[in-house]
Amino acid sequence: MSLFEVLTIIIPSTLLTAAPLIFTSLGGVFSERSGVVNIGLEGLMAVGAFTAAISTLGLERAGLGDASPWIAILIAAVAGGIFSLIHAVVSISFRADQTVSGVALNFLAAGLTIFLVKMIFDGKGQTPYISHNIDKISIPGLSKIPFIGPIFFQQVTYTSYLAILVSVFVWFIIFKTPFGLRLRSVGEHPAAADTLGINVSRMRYIGVALSGVFGGIGGAVYLVTITSNYSVTTIAGQGFLALAALVFGKWHPIGAMGASLFFGFAQALSITSQQIPYLDRLPSVIMLTAPYVLTLIVLTGFVGRAEAPKADGVPYIKGQR
Amino acid sequence: MSYAIEMRHIRKEFPGIVANDNITLQVEEGEIHALFGENGAGKSTLMNILFGLYQPDQGELYVHGKKAVINDPNDATRLGIGMVHQHFMLIDKFTVAENIILGREPKKHGLLDMAKAVKIVKELSEKYGLDVDPYQKVEDITVGMQQRVEILKTLYRGSDILIFDEPTAVLTPIEIKELIVIMKRLVSEGKSIILITHKLKEIFEACDRCTVIRRGKNIDTMSISETNPSDLASMMVGRKIHVQVNDAPYDPKEKVLEIEHLNVLDSRKVNVIKDLHLSVHGGEILGIAGVDGNGQTELIEAIAGLRKVKEGTIKLNGQDITNQKTRKIVEAGLGYIPEDRQKHGLVLDFTIGENMVLQTYYKKPYAESGVLKNKVITKKAEQLIQEFDIRTPSEKTLARSLSGGNQQKVIVAREVDRSPQLLIAAQPTRGLDIGAIEFIHGKLLDEKKKGKAVLLVSFELDEILHLSDRIAVIYEGNIIDIVNPKETDENELGLLMAGRKKGGAES
Repeated sequence: MSLFEVLTIIIPSTLLTAAPLIFTSLGGVFSERSGVVNIGLEGLMAVGAFTAAISTLGLERAGLGDASPWIAILIAAVAGGIFSLIHAVVSISFRADQTVSGVALNFLAAGLTIFLVKMIFDGKGQTPYISHNIDKISIPGLSKIPFIGPIFFQQVTYTSYLAILVSVFVWFIIFKTPFGLRLRSVGEHPAAADTLGINVSRMRYIGVALSGVFGGIGGAVYLVTITSNYSVTTIAGQGFLALAALVFGKWHPIGAMGASLFFGFAQALSITSQQIPYLDRLPSVIMLTAPYVLTLIVLTGFVGRAEAPKADGVPYIKGQR
Repeated sequence: MSYAIEMRHIRKEFPGIVANDNITLQVEEGEIHALFGENGAGKSTLMNILFGLYQPDQGELYVHGKKAVINDPNDATRLGIGMVHQHFMLIDKFTVAENIILGREPKKHGLLDMAKAVKIVKELSEKYGLDVDPYQKVEDITVGMQQRVEILKTLYRGSDILIFDEPTAVLTPIEIKELIVIMKRLVSEGKSIILITHKLKEIFEACDRCTVIRRGKNIDTMSISETNPSDLASMMVGRKIHVQVNDAPYDPKEKVLEIEHLNVLDSRKVNVIKDLHLSVHGGEILGIAGVDGNGQTELIEAIAGLRKVKEGTIKLNGQDITNQKTRKIVEAGLGYIPEDRQKHGLVLDFTIGENMVLQTYYKKPYAESGVLKNKVITKKAEQLIQEFDIRTPSEKTLARSLSGGNQQKVIVAREVDRSPQLLIAAQPTRGLDIGAIEFIHGKLLDEKKKGKAVLLVSFELDEILHLSDRIAVIYEGNIIDIVNPKETDENELGLLMAGRKKGGAES
């Protein structure tokens, strides 16, 4: 098997697994840039995936066909946004510890979604499979480009390219618009922003809500492109990987995208290893743990001094010095 | 005639205290008006009311003769009131221009128009003579420039009444002079200024009129030309002040502290003390003058055993204490009044008594067979409370609940009482008011008279000049000169502190 062939297997797989991470870590960028640590990304993804599953099933039954998963992603975005408000209220308005609140969000999401699954589907632990996924396709035109086409534009989903485009868009929003400047200012020095008439709480609510929207999209994309049904193990660690990508990417949208692609690559390796010469001889246990081991190595060894927004994780109390 | 600002009969209570009790402040158009008072007198509360951060319980506000209600900083900004905060309200990672336009961004098609922002900043900076580089990040510029950015922020918002909250606390003498020039220029351009301060010198150099407040009450408002520093000082504290000066004869004894070839790294592993030599004798106060961040902190931490010495030796009473444990250094004769009294000087949630024996608790008579003798500790604490005039209900009071001045007295009492051969006093009067400063200066001078060595580190040049027998100037981790306080002045020291050796050559 030539290197070219290996690449045609592994790159599309990387793009596929990276897309949910990219969306979710972009959500993390919004939240943490505004000064609210969001450990709850995992839970937000779970809510997104669950919502996507039942929405797609419902929309399919309503006869919407191939449009169902796309509409389901939008519904999941809204659900994620709403669910994240719990974190916003607890950590911004009531100034609770943001880490604890995020952890609570994860437990709540896991418990609530499974409870609802059991309630809706007569005690079953998982939803039925959706029949309209977002399928892997070859992009017309681009996939015909020699060499590049088969590697980057065959066997891919539109969501991967959407994720990459959105991360450029998010970069633009955060660094080139007044909104972005204000969002970053409340994450760095809320008291300064306050004296300039910027509503710190409002900006942080927006930041957290956007993390919910993007986390919801991330979970939904994971469901409609990869797993096709929802159970308690669907989102096992994906949200934490996205959180790691956020840190690895130094709270920068493009960095988070790059880190997500890297983690996507690590997962792709483990998924496709059976098809790749030499790797197929390694025990699958090693390949399955690889993404997480690689994450640990990268975070401890290569990130260096991670520069979080200065006020990240610090509740803002007006008038306190 | 209407005032730029008139605050009438302002009252503001916080749980347990009346911060402002019927205060009236009248600032004329186009003047620099000082708001003068001790720490905790209520100056900041009053200004925070004016800037909309607090609401007064009683009283009225008038801006340019019109009654005004100021609910938040936005209202204040709309009325043309701008505040230059004591702790700069700047975002380190943003550029100068971004900091200035934040909250009122120039836009093009809904996007940030940074080209226009830079242009506006340049125009303002030229108009008012406030030199800044719009492209630099705030974390990379000097404190003086940061302050100019703060001023530009208010000017960008069209403020014509500027509040300066203790603006000189962080500046070098040269920067203070520049600031006063800037303030006068602003006034000549039609602005009015309120200067909050507890430093007399600035008032006499910069201001037209002055309002004195004490313990939340109005004392008086007067023209600067009709008063003098000592009257003003007594008015502020409510009694006569004796300025402590070092008038005991200078009679140095043998070397107590001897530092040779000292090299120390800071927390970022940068070599901040570079081959430093210094010695301090018994019977002298050696003052270390320098701009913040030139290695003062690392130097004293190295002596106290709190920071690792990379190279070189430190001897105390002839005994090598380089990289020894702090307890050993303390037992060798070190007394240490740390820079940050709350972080390093006291255990805030311990009682005064417990804080008094932090270095001696394990020894007789405070402990026997591993058990604390609380009665002995209490007695000792009560004795020191009396001796050092610490204002507290009892020795069982937690250190946290004392005022800054009394907390500092607890530390001074503990350190001086052990009668150490070397006393390091780092910023011993920072943030304290005249009364407490007077007391602590007196205690440092007593140590000298007893023949002990005192190493005084301070950013306050007056303090260094008044107390020292010799002044060592530290610049980029090195003692670049040692001068006699009687033969020097603030100007020369200021130049040395900026790294310019005598003769004007830049080093």
